[in-house]
Amino acid sequence: MSPLAGYLLVAALLFAIGLAGALTRRNAILVLIGIELMLNAANLNLIAFWRFGPHPEALTGMMFAVFSIAVAAAEAAVGLGLVISIHRHLKTVDLDEINRMKG
Amino acid sequence: MMQTLDRIFILLRDWLVHFLPSAWRAPAGTVLSVIAIIGLFPALFALTTVLERKGLGRMQNRLGPNRTGPLGILQPVADGIKALTKEDVVPFRADAIVHFLAPLLLVVVVFMGFAVLPMGRNMVLVDMDAGLLFFFAMGASTELSIFMAGWSSRNKYSLLGAMRAVAQMISYEIVLLLSSVAVVMTAGSLSLTKIVEAQNTYSFGLPHWYIFTPWGLLAFAMYAIAAMAETNRTPFDLPEGESELVAGYFTEYSGFKFALFFLGEYLGMFSISGLGTTLFLGGWSAPFSFLGWVPSWIWFFSKVMLSICVFIWLRGTLPRLRQDQLMNFAWKFVLPITLFNLLVTAIWRFLGPGWPRWFVCTALVVGIYVVMGETGMRRGKFGPRSYRYAE
Amino acid sequence: MSISFYILSALMLAGGLGAVMLRNAVHCALSLSVAFTGLALLFLQLDAQFAGLAQILVYVGAVAILVVFAILLTRTSEEIGESNVFSRTWLIGLILAAAVFAVLGWAVLRTAPMFPQPSAAPPVTVQEIGSALMGRYVLPLEIVALLLTAALIGAVIVATHEKEGAK
Repeated sequence: MSPLAGYLLVAALLFAIGLAGALTRRNAILVLIGIELMLNAANLNLIAFWRFGPHPEALTGMMFAVFSIAVAAAEAAVGLGLVISIHRHLKTVDLDEINRMKG
Repeated sequence: MMQTLDRIFILLRDWLVHFLPSAWRAPAGTVLSVIAIIGLFPALFALTTVLERKGLGRMQNRLGPNRTGPLGILQPVADGIKALTKEDVVPFRADAIVHFLAPLLLVVVVFMGFAVLPMGRNMVLVDMDAGLLFFFAMGASTELSIFMAGWSSRNKYSLLGAMRAVAQMISYEIVLLLSSVAVVMTAGSLSLTKIVEAQNTYSFGLPHWYIFTPWGLLAFAMYAIAAMAETNRTPFDLPEGESELVAGYFTEYSGFKFALFFLGEYLGMFSISGLGTTLFLGGWSAPFSFLGWVPSWIWFFSKVMLSICVFIWLRGTLPRLRQDQLMNFAWKFVLPITLFNLLVTAIWRFLGPGWPRWFVCTALVVGIYVVMGETGMRRGKFGPRSYRYAE
Repeated sequence: MSISFYILSALMLAGGLGAVMLRNAVHCALSLSVAFTGLALLFLQLDAQFAGLAQILVYVGAVAILVVFAILLTRTSEEIGESNVFSRTWLIGLILAAAVFAVLGWAVLRTAPMFPQPSAAPPVTVQEIGSALMGRYVLPLEIVALLLTAALIGAVIVATHEKEGAK
């Protein structure tokens, strides 16, 4: 089995773990943590394909991953700001209780 | 002979390693260099604790420690014995694993920062292409360990101290990074060895250190401020001030773990001074070209110890900044100046070598400092203090 | 498949599992930092030096701290004795995640014989990255700068206290 398959499987497993976390936890921040894990798994995929792909000197994969890191950081900041704002309004971040639009 | 003295540590390592079979020589050489760093910097730390206490004592018109050994030289030995034999108290409801891991993480991460500093000609442990980025990545990880220390103690004072420390460190880390970007723009590389080599040229016997350029002076001033804030030194030591928060985020640590935190803080000071000398003061290059015969590692360590003495001097002189003053200072004064400094560096490179760029850049640097100061004064942020007396 | 790949993958997956399974939210955030570090070391093993160091700098140094601050600012009274950390619909989520992994794993294993064999490491210097950023990728760079500015301003606006009495 080529090393690329190993990296892709590990990335798929990390993605599934992140997805499970995003879908099953109650705390809104832990859902965001799951989303961050998914983004990281995608980054690993990008870098693995860049390294073992046909044109590594074009730097496409690495650039994509670096931009993805930047975008993920921005999204984490805004998402956590939203969670803090919700907490201030509804006094809870339990997603099972934030199930009504009225508030 | 001076060439040999310059390379003496490299020759020593090569001689020690040459007893091994040739496949093992490179890793063994690296391991020896790592052992040397792990041995040298804590020894310097011991020397610095005595220096600091004596220095602060003299500045405060008292003698420092003078009981243990002549002039108090053996004080770190006494401190070490005390730290190792004290009882290790962990609070009952504290998070034991995180409480244990926090000082370990701090010390490990700070030691990793030393790996990319060029301590002499060809004397860098790992010559990474993105060495500066590695150093800042390690610096960013220390914030996490401070937070872990503060949170795991389950103590409101610790948590408060940790949050303040992390907020301060994040704010000033941006300043640190941006003032280094000015150096990277001029040197054209993130590799610390190349940055030092770019400063190792002389004209009329004077060196081309970046501190002797207008943008470099401003960047060095901002870097020094940010370095003091990153290592939680006075005047930015509110998170750990003794009179403020008991001991801040290491209130609940005793014995060896406290000693590890102390070690981590001072080693952080060494590594950030080391980076400052590499970026701005020319690393291992000599101040004048006729002094080039002195071994390069002597210059590096002299410059680092000089920076440490300046740190100690500032600790003894300046009062502590309050948290909101500190954050205001970072975001509303230092950061705009640092961003403008990037522009000045770009203009410096754009105008090319010659006389005009000196005038333009000096005028810009002085101008921005005056403008920011006047703006702050007018808004009442930094002006003469006003007093309100109780009636 | 070198031994370091197995060790680092195990570290990263353990961190990820801890991040989604632990009870205490701060422990989850710290386990997430372990996952990030493992991933950064995997990047370094793949000769993506810049990406790995940027990963540590941005994720461990900033995103993990952000998550930790958000957890501390949104604590309800005493969460140590929380009844259940998983939501009511946890089984469906788990099945979905397992299904996604099954599909991805099947796709990888099915095309595994067609993968290229490992070639020599591409020599990437920071200089090349810099000229690529300023040459071929200058438009994405500017857009990301705009995005980061918007996110900065947006996060500040979203999370600020509303003025008292203003509605």
